[in-house]
Amino acid sequence: MTKNTPVLECENVVKELGKGAGKVVALKGVNLALTKGELTLLMGPSGSGKTTLLSILGCILTPTSGIVRVAGESTEGKSAEELADLRRKHIGFIFQSYNLFPTLSAFENVRIALDVIGQKGYPAARRAEEVLRDVGLGHRLRNFPSNLSGGEQQRVAVARAIAAQPSVVLADEPTAALDSENGHAVMALLARVAKEQNRCVLAVTHDPRTLGYADRVVRIEDGLIVGEERRPQGLDAPEITDLTKRRKANA
Amino acid sequence: MILTLAFRNLFHDRIRLAVTLVGILFSIVLVAIQLGMYLGSSRMITDMIERSNGELWITAFDAKSFEEGGILLTSRERHQALATPGVQAVVPLVVSFAEWRKAEGGSTRVVVVGTDAEDGGLAPWSLVDGTWQDIKSPDAVSADDTYFRELGIDGIGDTAQIGTGRVKVKALTHRIRSFTQSPYVFTPLQRARNLLGVDGDRASFYLVQLTPGTNVEAVRQELLKRLDGAEVLSKEEFHERSLSQWLFRTGAGLALIGGALLGILVGTVIVAQTLYSSTKDHLNEFATLRALGSSSGYIYKVILAQAGLSAVIGYVLGILISLGILYISRNTPLPLVMTPGLAVALLGLTLFMSGVSAISAIMKVTRIDPATVFSR
Repeated sequence: MTKNTPVLECENVVKELGKGAGKVVALKGVNLALTKGELTLLMGPSGSGKTTLLSILGCILTPTSGIVRVAGESTEGKSAEELADLRRKHIGFIFQSYNLFPTLSAFENVRIALDVIGQKGYPAARRAEEVLRDVGLGHRLRNFPSNLSGGEQQRVAVARAIAAQPSVVLADEPTAALDSENGHAVMALLARVAKEQNRCVLAVTHDPRTLGYADRVVRIEDGLIVGEERRPQGLDAPEITDLTKRRKANA
Repeated sequence: MILTLAFRNLFHDRIRLAVTLVGILFSIVLVAIQLGMYLGSSRMITDMIERSNGELWITAFDAKSFEEGGILLTSRERHQALATPGVQAVVPLVVSFAEWRKAEGGSTRVVVVGTDAEDGGLAPWSLVDGTWQDIKSPDAVSADDTYFRELGIDGIGDTAQIGTGRVKVKALTHRIRSFTQSPYVFTPLQRARNLLGVDGDRASFYLVQLTPGTNVEAVRQELLKRLDGAEVLSKEEFHERSLSQWLFRTGAGLALIGGALLGILVGTVIVAQTLYSSTKDHLNEFATLRALGSSSGYIYKVILAQAGLSAVIGYVLGILISLGILYISRNTPLPLVMTPGLAVALLGLTLFMSGVSAISAIMKVTRIDPATVFSR
């Protein structure tokens, strides 16, 4: 798979939600192709179909019609267990409300994501520790989510999403619950995940502060892609450079 | 990680955990007591038969149990049995309920067991004071130390009256208890006949001892042919008949089994309810696991691990309390019995009960929609 081969793509995806008189067409024929090494922002007003598209690309929802391919593999006709298997192999998720397990420590929250994909024992423990250090939480391994700030919790969520080294990372409003400083820190981290680790990162967002980190911005309205622009910033964004410097200094 | 998550989910809400454990504990203790009573009762009912030395029992046709031998057998049956090939000895026993009149007034029912221990058929097996020779002395009987209050005695030397005869306690047995709550009183065969007003050399049962190496069933068939006025039962058959009489015809056993079933039902309902509500509370976490790509089986394992952990903790607490109750009951007229088999069966039952309880939680989690992770 070359750098420009799409790792995640959809063709003519239509999604109808509800039944009868309450039926809503959330996506009306969406085409999108995402490649590794890029942070793409999916932006649009509320109710435009952003999260529905993210759920379909993440194999959580199935489209009413159209094709979705993850790492070249079509999701068409796959059972719930087969879709879970695709998620396990290729996709990492970051959620708006972090969705950490409140009864597990930061370290255990990452370990469980590795356990789900069958990585156990010392190698899994080492990987969980390594990825938490990588997001700047080496000193918070044993802390529970209730003892972490919002920014730290989202960084644990990022660590959990990338621990299994998926080719795709999908983030739903990753900065919505964070203050400005933490929002920038998390976006810088996602940009780094895309660039340094050569992953495909797609973030659904309303937040204009995130624009500076994107390689590509896709706009969606009323279930249709209405615009797309490429941006040159990427790793050169000042916040990313700062964070990389800080990380190196900490190390 | 499955066990860690199950453990943390379980201990996250201590009150719910306490309710779950109380449910399991209640169930275990109730079932242990009911089945302990059942085993204790079974043991009391069949102890005399099990302790007897003889392969076959000759009884009257209407004999229901060791205590209720029915009409008395005559010496004719004994001689016919002795003349049967393979029979080495035929030991007569006289057993009957009788009135025990206390020296200080009042009376109680006892079961008089008339036996000649020298015949090697049946003898009091746990004499703690006195000997068989003491029991053979004039007017002597043995009594059990469990029933001093019922018998109105304090120990050796005390007297009472059985039927028209005066008896004196010359020996004490320990924990030879009666399911009917009528204490067993051992005395030599002829004295029993005299006390009970049994004519001549009649007997309640004949205990048949066979020549070593003889085919028991062949001798039994031969005895059946020869004895037209009596039944010939193997030890196991008489054991089963006595159990059936006291535990099932009287309804006592059904009440005990019914109580045990009720305990299982209540325990299952409580555990199912708490497990279901715990699963409901952690539904978002299970949805997150599903979104992260976990299989349904992984989530089921977390729920089953929660159920299993509750079962093991509840079992340990329940069995400790049950053993305490058993210890307290050891010297009462109705002792509870715990065998290694029953303890293992209770563990199996607890795990099964918790497994069944997990079904409702698993059904709930089966319908989980991973898309809910985006709606929080």
